[in-house]
Amino acid sequence: MASAAVARGRRGGRVRYYLRLAAVQLRASTVTGLQYRADFLVQGLMSLYWLGWNLLPLLVLYDERATVAGWSFGAALVVMANFVIIRGVLEGAVNPSLGALVEQIRSGAFDYTLLRPADAQFLVSTARFAPWRIVDVLGGVGLLVYAFVRLGQHPSVGQVAAGVGLLVAGLVVMYALWIMIVAMAFWVVKMDNLIYLLGSVFDAARWPASVFRGAWRVVFTFVVPLALMTTYPAQAMLGTLTGGAALACLAGALGLAAVSRLVWRLALRSYTSASS
Amino acid sequence: MTRALRAMPTLVRIGLTEALAYRAEMLVWLLTTTMPLVMLGLWTSVADEAPFRAWATRDFVAYYLVALIVRNLTSNWVAWQMSEEIRTGAVAGRLLRPVHPFAGYLGTHLGAVPLRAVAVAPVMLVVLWSSARAVLVTDPAHLGLVALALVGAWALTFAVFLCLGALAFFLDKSLGIVDVYFGVFAIMSGYLIPLPLLPAWLRATAAWLPFRAMLGDPVAIAIGRVPDAGQAARLVAQQWAWATALLLVAAWMWRRGVRRYEAFGG
Repeated sequence: MASAAVARGRRGGRVRYYLRLAAVQLRASTVTGLQYRADFLVQGLMSLYWLGWNLLPLLVLYDERATVAGWSFGAALVVMANFVIIRGVLEGAVNPSLGALVEQIRSGAFDYTLLRPADAQFLVSTARFAPWRIVDVLGGVGLLVYAFVRLGQHPSVGQVAAGVGLLVAGLVVMYALWIMIVAMAFWVVKMDNLIYLLGSVFDAARWPASVFRGAWRVVFTFVVPLALMTTYPAQAMLGTLTGGAALACLAGALGLAAVSRLVWRLALRSYTSASS
Repeated sequence: MTRALRAMPTLVRIGLTEALAYRAEMLVWLLTTTMPLVMLGLWTSVADEAPFRAWATRDFVAYYLVALIVRNLTSNWVAWQMSEEIRTGAVAGRLLRPVHPFAGYLGTHLGAVPLRAVAVAPVMLVVLWSSARAVLVTDPAHLGLVALALVGAWALTFAVFLCLGALAFFLDKSLGIVDVYFGVFAIMSGYLIPLPLLPAWLRATAAWLPFRAMLGDPVAIAIGRVPDAGQAARLVAQQWAWATALLLVAAWMWRRGVRRYEAFGG
């Protein structure tokens, strides 16, 4: 029993250790970011611009139609808002680390990352943040609120919780795909364009998944499960998702996360440094 | 000038060899052009329910697939190349050569065109095999104008990216501008949504900008949206005028930039 308590304490200590480490990495990025204060302003304006940009096709489309594939304007806005939020988090917390990793593997500096007393995947994923992307996330949340006001609908606490939970699951799915592509860097050094490919496919997630049919549906279901990332969370918020589907989403996200971890471990084993 | 012309075949051959060496990477880059396909998926399911303002399914298929072809044929990465070379100082090597640096860039990116053509050939087959075939122009006058418009779109895109690349002489983070540029381009060129479907005020703005000549106009001519050959010829003439003007702007920016750059390096 004593050893169990020690183990529990140690695990608690490890979680705290990693949380502190993440905080340090985030602070370092924020301090760097604050050196370019004008960037915050420019970035804020750009976020607004891209928000309008994203909305344009939606406005053109719903100017003519009341519903598209069963989705009203307000409901489609909820999906769009989820897309803006997820992309904000991705570009703020996940993508910036990529450039660092590609450079490290090419130059051999990745050896030092491996030597550090922390998990390499964790270090790689938290290497760099783009703190001003928080503006995008806030914009997405604002859009979400606006969508529900427009719909004249108040989601219940349970619906919001389910929606946020699924949104997190969607992020996990995207992160898992990201890690699997990044893991390829150990075999083929240049995979940054594959990350762009993933990002450009993810762009389709701004639309409700049921809008797409045929070949599109196959790609968006099996290659990059877009519905999992934005459409299901939106349905959960709108109260049109069944409990079973929600649980399947969570299970799928966890499964994919486990697979990506496995791929990362395998890939790491074949890392041979730049010099050898 | 004559020196540059004499060197051009060799420069293009070098460009082709480079493109072949990095063919896998280039193919993935071409594959990232998914936006027309996503928009195609969206609009076809909308138009299947009922035509959208006189645009039927086959019109959207033709529009977005031809847009995909034009975009991939006429694109280049010269802005990124220039920005990198200016930042690292590698551009000094180009300044030493006996031809204008633009000739070197031209060779590299012309050399990539054959590979681009091979990559878009399957898309062309899909167009010819799909319902979109019916709306493609077939008369010789329009076909000739389409060819001219493609060459013009390539030259105009190249000139625009030379301008964006030359910005690296004046700004630290010039590639951020390229993102902004893409945002404007995507709307004003008809890349995101066909120009006739845009709200009136955006359409009016786009009419005064060069972006539609880079994509929307050539596509419109190819899919028979400009039935009057005289009107199509006017569009092509405008396009070539834009290309010439922007090439001159790029050359001017380059001259100013190099003067600054030398002052920097001491």
